[in-house]
Amino acid sequence: MGDKIATRESYGNALVACAEDFPNLVVLDADLAGATKTGTFKKAYPDRHIDCGIAECNMTGIAAGLATCGKIPFVSSFAMFAAGRNFEQVRNSIGYPHLNVKIGATHAGITVGEDGATHQCNEDIALMRTIPGMTVIVPSDDIEAKAAVRAALEMNGPVYLRFGRAAVPVINDNPDYRFEIGKGVKLKDGNDVTIIATGICVDSALNAASILEEKGIKADVINIHTIKPLDEKIVIESAKKTGKVFTVEEHSVIGGLGSAVCDCLSANAPTKVVKIGMNDCFGESGPAAALVAKYGLDGEGVAKTILANI
Amino acid sequence: MTNSELKQKANEVRKGIVTSVHSAKAGHPGGSLSAADMFTFLYFEEMNIDPKNPKMEGRDRFVLSKGHTAPGLYSVLANRGYFPVEDLTTLRKLGSYLQGHPCMQETPGVDMSSGSLGQGVSAAVGMALAAKLDKKDYRVYTLLGDGEIQEGQVWEASMFAGAHKLNNLCVIVDNNGLQIDGKIEDVCCPYPIDKKFEAFNFNVINIDGHDFDQIRKALADARACTDKPTAVIMKTTKGKGVSFMENNAGWHGKAPNDEEYATAMADLAAIDAQLKEGN
Repeated sequence: MGDKIATRESYGNALVACAEDFPNLVVLDADLAGATKTGTFKKAYPDRHIDCGIAECNMTGIAAGLATCGKIPFVSSFAMFAAGRNFEQVRNSIGYPHLNVKIGATHAGITVGEDGATHQCNEDIALMRTIPGMTVIVPSDDIEAKAAVRAALEMNGPVYLRFGRAAVPVINDNPDYRFEIGKGVKLKDGNDVTIIATGICVDSALNAASILEEKGIKADVINIHTIKPLDEKIVIESAKKTGKVFTVEEHSVIGGLGSAVCDCLSANAPTKVVKIGMNDCFGESGPAAALVAKYGLDGEGVAKTILANI
Repeated sequence: MTNSELKQKANEVRKGIVTSVHSAKAGHPGGSLSAADMFTFLYFEEMNIDPKNPKMEGRDRFVLSKGHTAPGLYSVLANRGYFPVEDLTTLRKLGSYLQGHPCMQETPGVDMSSGSLGQGVSAAVGMALAAKLDKKDYRVYTLLGDGEIQEGQVWEASMFAGAHKLNNLCVIVDNNGLQIDGKIEDVCCPYPIDKKFEAFNFNVINIDGHDFDQIRKALADARACTDKPTAVIMKTTKGKGVSFMENNAGWHGKAPNDEEYATAMADLAAIDAQLKEGN
């Protein structure tokens, strides 16, 4: 494992790294370039960075207009605004005309920390995955975040990418790792339970699997970085093998990864699924790590929930 | 085109509006008719476009921010040769490429999907910005309703356009004075509209939206402006050209029945006759 780095940092770095390969890439911000880390891009390519001021809905519409003229805009803001405030703009101005706009949403979930519930968006995956034609990606670490940004630029069509504020461990630093949109990654093999995680909770899932292993329980651990389109094959195969599925996400248990997995399994391989996430509640102020522990989303919390349910 | 020719075209556009909405048994005739003269001038005189090549690079763009007046846009596109005029009767029908609100993926000549009020103007700003970034000289036109400007996003977009001196952007407000619930000043007064756009650093021009001399001059002045976006506030009559629809909020979003349709077409035929007499 390498040093910890926040996926928002990876996002800013990836935009700079992709700038020469994608000359039509432009980056839009709503007065948060410092926080979303697109400031890195702004510094390197000032002519290709547009600060729209504190007006996210207009920024989203501007991105739509730019896309109709051949630009590839990355719209940057906190998930709360990029997906929440903007939902209808994303749906009608980007989703319906299926425009080539990428939405880089940072500060997702409770790891926003001290800012508290108003800024901790636990509903964005649910909102975005209901839009027809929208690709939804939640990278788990630095390596995956950078690969996801490039992959989003390589495909035509709207993509929602979810990044976090807090520094997280690097977990994908192995030579075999390769990122493909819509393709889940098997991180551990086991026959007893399936743990499907996304984003920063992939690390929690791995830690939980280690705790379970000490107790003689072997877990299949799957990283679903693309919530939509979901890699149904990897989910169904593992569910059929273990018969017990746990989903883990820094998001509401309503409408997110857990729901996507349930949608898939209820139709293809009915299996008991326990959804671990924010249980239909708002977050609160506090240090990110303490919040993750309080809401049972760290390795110990996930292991505890799994042990209580098998 | 001469004013007389433009008036005749505009009357054809109005016939298409009334015919399509009658055929659909639903739709928005009032605000389509009020803007018919502007639609006509934009597509027959003002804009650099090619009906045979709707996606021509470097073309001028138009965004119908008040997307519910799609019958007006479709009628002018059909009359300009983007698709057959006969197809206007498929408006809003299952399988038609003429959706209830503009869909850029379905309809030739539609530059942006729109209909959710306040959003089209932001897309138009994005197009104008794209031209600036690429150092291209195409212009972008967008048409808003006077009720629509109650949406906050209109002013977010206007603040950006003014701040970025997007002189290639022309925002047109159809000030027909009526919205669904009644007079705009009774529902939630947006007046003074011109002063608001001035405050957002626009070049503002007030005109009579049914006077082709004034339309022509306003759009020429907009083109000549080097340091600001332009807002053309055009005073119009909702339902213009159809006697029983004029200045009646009830015809915002209602289709004429067969009898009313006959009356409407007779009104427009009478205008045709008048125009021919004038020649």
